[in-house]
Amino acid sequence: MMSPRPEPALLRIDAVTKRFGGFVALDNVSVDIHPGERFGLIGPNGSGKTTLINCISGALQAEVGTVVFRGEDITRLPAHQRTRRGIARSFQIPRPFKSMTVAENLMVALDFAAVGDDYVAAAHRRDTVMSILTRTGLASKADLPTTGLSQVELRKMELARAMATHPKLLISDEAMAGLSSSEVDEVLDLLIDLAGQGITIIMIEHIMQAVMRFSQRVMCLDAGKIIALGAPAEVMANQRVQEAYLGT
Amino acid sequence: MNRNSIGFWIGAAVFLVAVALMTQMVSNEYPFFAAYGVLQFVVLAVAWSILGGYAGYVNFGTSAFFGVGVYTAVFLFKVMGAPLGVQIAAAALVGAVLGLAVGLLTLRMQGIFFSIATIAMTIVIETSVTNWRFVGGAAGIQLQRPPVMAPFHSYVQMLFFVQACMVVLAVAIARYIQNSWIGRGLQALKDDEVAAECTGVPTLRLKVLACVISGALMCAAGAPAAMYLQYADPSSAFNLNYSVSVLAMSLIGGTAHWAGPVFGAILLGSTQQLLAVTISSEVNVLVLGIMLVLFVVAAPEGIIGLIRRVRRKGAGGEA
Repeated sequence: MMSPRPEPALLRIDAVTKRFGGFVALDNVSVDIHPGERFGLIGPNGSGKTTLINCISGALQAEVGTVVFRGEDITRLPAHQRTRRGIARSFQIPRPFKSMTVAENLMVALDFAAVGDDYVAAAHRRDTVMSILTRTGLASKADLPTTGLSQVELRKMELARAMATHPKLLISDEAMAGLSSSEVDEVLDLLIDLAGQGITIIMIEHIMQAVMRFSQRVMCLDAGKIIALGAPAEVMANQRVQEAYLGT
Repeated sequence: MNRNSIGFWIGAAVFLVAVALMTQMVSNEYPFFAAYGVLQFVVLAVAWSILGGYAGYVNFGTSAFFGVGVYTAVFLFKVMGAPLGVQIAAAALVGAVLGLAVGLLTLRMQGIFFSIATIAMTIVIETSVTNWRFVGGAAGIQLQRPPVMAPFHSYVQMLFFVQACMVVLAVAIARYIQNSWIGRGLQALKDDEVAAECTGVPTLRLKVLACVISGALMCAAGAPAAMYLQYADPSSAFNLNYSVSVLAMSLIGGTAHWAGPVFGAILLGSTQQLLAVTISSEVNVLVLGIMLVLFVVAAPEGIIGLIRRVRRKGAGGEA
């Protein structure tokens, strides 16, 4: 059993519901994410995982319920405001700025998201970008156009760009889908490394090994509802989780 | 200021001095009359590409902004005999307000829907002006030019110089935007609006800002046109030809760099003038269409794209 945590939640999702027409994508979802936590989010296709993180990152707005980040209600804030407050994400299908180089992709984040205490003076931007790219293993690709990157490099570039926004919470949306097993390990090591620097991470993933290795807690969604939440082994052993995945 | 900027401002100064000297040394009016038209297109194309090129929002409402500029000048001239400078400044202000209104109303729409909305705006505004008796209604209005100011010898020469100043202003603004965080934000949202938003780019605010700046410049470019022709009527001031020509000029020049629309406007603008004089003003529309098709097929990134390709080949050959 997990010991109760004394500090307040970094992110509180409270009774969030999201409908698309008559389809209920998220049904009364409530969960607290703690500072520094490695949180795994699983569920079959169409279970509402991406919808949930869209509601967190601001790509969608929850109709009912609230999203509270570091004590502030951000339910109605546009996405760029949330990014500036410290929520960054990658996309299931990589969305690079295609007309730019890898370094320029990160520059956008420094220009727009690194505000306040995170502000980086123009003279230091190149260094900041290069240090992030070095950490993500992309330093040699800095001045190449993103169109020349491989799948795994694109995923890393997205994580690097997210890092450049100086996030407190990083949401990785299936950053490992379609990668070979050695590439999965590369990206996973990268995420664990980032978590080691104190960044809270929500990881959406289908690759169970990765989820088990990464997560301190796992939540399973099915048809927009939470069906299990707890330690990874507990959730995997859960009858309803197995049914949801195997369809029996 | 870096070396690039110094070069740019020296170039701008040389251009203005050359223009000023030309007004003092050439006495025939026709070259000024013809060149004014080209310069006007340079301002319009550069202004268009701030929203259409950097942000990728194709505006078909150039003629609306242009016409509003023309009629702001007409109105102020008729009401209070406002001097040219006031007409232009007021037109820029009206253009900025119109850009703000259009931007807030339509830039939430993406892609083709924005373009359609700008066409609708043109028709709405043109219809309103057509029914506005005070500025002449559908029949148009004749204007008597005030006496020309020293050191110019004719009014057209003065307008030519004023429009040249606006070219420098428009290019300086476009160049600043391209090299600043605004340009990077616009480029990001052009590539991917959702990703831009999630990287901290306030997409709506940047688009509206681009629309305001672009609108102000287009209106300002239109303001002297009434005095240039000494006449204004809605169907020529709001002529869809402006929208189509300006779009073609920007695309043919290339929208990735501020110099693209300048090249495009000079190339197409002078070709149009030449054809209008030598053959007929109808043929120039045909040539415009053919050139647009040729460029879309053979050089989709315009003249700028061609230059870059040649340079890259050159660099590759050396290495």
